[in-house]
Amino acid sequence: MTEPATAPAPAAVRPAPAGPAAPANDPPALQLRDAGLGFGRRTLWTHLDLSIARGEFVAVLGSNGSGKTSLLRTILGEVALTSGSGAISGRPLGRGSTDVGYVPQKIAIDAATMIKARDVVRMGLDGHRWGLPVAVGARRRRIRSRIDELLESVGAGEFGDAPVSMLSGGELQRIRVAEALASDPVLLLCDEPLAALDLRHQQDIAALIDAQRRLRGTAVLFVTHDINPVLPYVDQVLYLAGGSFRLGRPDEVLTSAGLSELYGAPVDVLRAQGRIIVVSSTEAVGHQSHDDHAATELGGEWR
Amino acid sequence: MSIWDKIFNFDDYGELLALLHNSILAGAILGLVGGLIGVFVMMRDLTFAVHGISELSFAGASFALLVGMNVVVGSIMGSLLAAVVIGVLGVKARERSSIIGVLMPFGLGLGVLFLSLYPGRSANKFGLLTGQIVAVDDPQLYWLGGISLLVLAALAVVWRPLMFASVDPDIAAARGVPVRALSPVFMLMLGLTVAMAIQVVGALLVLSLLVTPAAAAMRVTASAVWVPVLSVVFAMVSTVGGILLALGGSIPISPYITTISFAIWVVCRLLGSARTRRGWSRRSVGAAPAAPVGAGRV
Repeated sequence: MTEPATAPAPAAVRPAPAGPAAPANDPPALQLRDAGLGFGRRTLWTHLDLSIARGEFVAVLGSNGSGKTSLLRTILGEVALTSGSGAISGRPLGRGSTDVGYVPQKIAIDAATMIKARDVVRMGLDGHRWGLPVAVGARRRRIRSRIDELLESVGAGEFGDAPVSMLSGGELQRIRVAEALASDPVLLLCDEPLAALDLRHQQDIAALIDAQRRLRGTAVLFVTHDINPVLPYVDQVLYLAGGSFRLGRPDEVLTSAGLSELYGAPVDVLRAQGRIIVVSSTEAVGHQSHDDHAATELGGEWR
Repeated sequence: MSIWDKIFNFDDYGELLALLHNSILAGAILGLVGGLIGVFVMMRDLTFAVHGISELSFAGASFALLVGMNVVVGSIMGSLLAAVVIGVLGVKARERSSIIGVLMPFGLGLGVLFLSLYPGRSANKFGLLTGQIVAVDDPQLYWLGGISLLVLAALAVVWRPLMFASVDPDIAAARGVPVRALSPVFMLMLGLTVAMAIQVVGALLVLSLLVTPAAAAMRVTASAVWVPVLSVVFAMVSTVGGILLALGGSIPISPYITTISFAIWVVCRLLGSARTRRGWSRRSVGAAPAAPVGAGRV
């Protein structure tokens, strides 16, 4: 199980993603070639070939410690690949850029930080530039209307002027998405953006991200431990486990046979009421359910 | 002479004012720089670091006094040393607190040692700890002005990325903001500001200039424009107002400054909680008519 022989040719066999058709000669939003990452003697994944076209939605699944967040950190240029290479929109991976929007796992802003939601969104727009945040005349109006537009697009128009310390988790997550989209990135990286939200807000935010990638042609790389809220939107699934991975359409990757092979242990993938539940009899997969509650409810097979 | 005459005494006020216009100017400059730096001190949660830097700055200043060097240069050296140590060793908040906790008494102890050895006037000694009204001479004012210009210029250049990195280091790094490089840059600016503030309010009370005004401003507004503006206004009112009140009395300047800045903070805190009760959070600021409690909730 060292070779990811099961990985299908990505993107090429896929129907063109929704959203504005990118010119055929445009480089993919994200391209990883034969990429590998390890820390010391521990290998997280190797020989990873991943190509995400504009407007494509890719979910990254896997147990804790399988290298999901590390994958994001390599794409953000914070960690160097151990082997292989990668490029964002044709440019080699490097230290941060406006081509990448990032929605982090930790969405909270320190309560002592008094800042308006609208100013957080503005940071995504021009916060990386030097100088004072002073704009006058036409430029000021342009920035203002752009922020209004971003706030409206994520359904945050109502609380744009509220201090972030007074927003709920769901509201703050909308602001974070608007902030990440402000620079019109080619690639949106989401690190468990639904983890802190209840079911309704999970669905809202997932639908919101889907709508935005269709509208703008932004590619989405979405790290999550629960596939279900994003299942309707996902084009490809990258499943990391045990130093290897599987990559393909959800119905190709999320199968009992496929995941059993990946884990080297019997794993059942159950489909019920349009949801997917991964159940295993071994500890190795034990902490790794796509829907902990549902799996527990489903009885004794869990663990 | 009653106790009130000691605290407030406005005899010969005009003459004193003319004599001390250097101090008033210095107070205004400090209010401007301290109010602006204070915004970032709050955003980056560096309150404790300010205190740590000020104690080492005090040690540097008293060393300079002992060996007959320029006191401003001494306090700058002390606070830059502290800023570098805190910046290099204390990357994480928890580590930072313990390092400051170690540095602070050491700096204070050194300062007391140097002052005990100093044979000169005791008013000079006391002034470094609790602030002084006299003794802002022309060269000292030029020092303050020059350093302030440096800090203000640096702030004008790094304002936006520094704000981004303070509010949200992860996202700022993803956007290409040099988050790690900005941290020591800010510590240097902070060190310089603390070194200047010590000349007027003294080492023990630097917080009243670098933290209280910004904290007060953040109780009443979240606006990216009004937080720094109010912070500067509050800091200037505290320093200049404190100096004006202290002129005639025989008491160090710092109680006046700290009392004014504390009073401003109390008022802002009351205004802020009243505003929060009215449902500040869910409506645009200013456009909120008196609505029934809870009407703004979704």
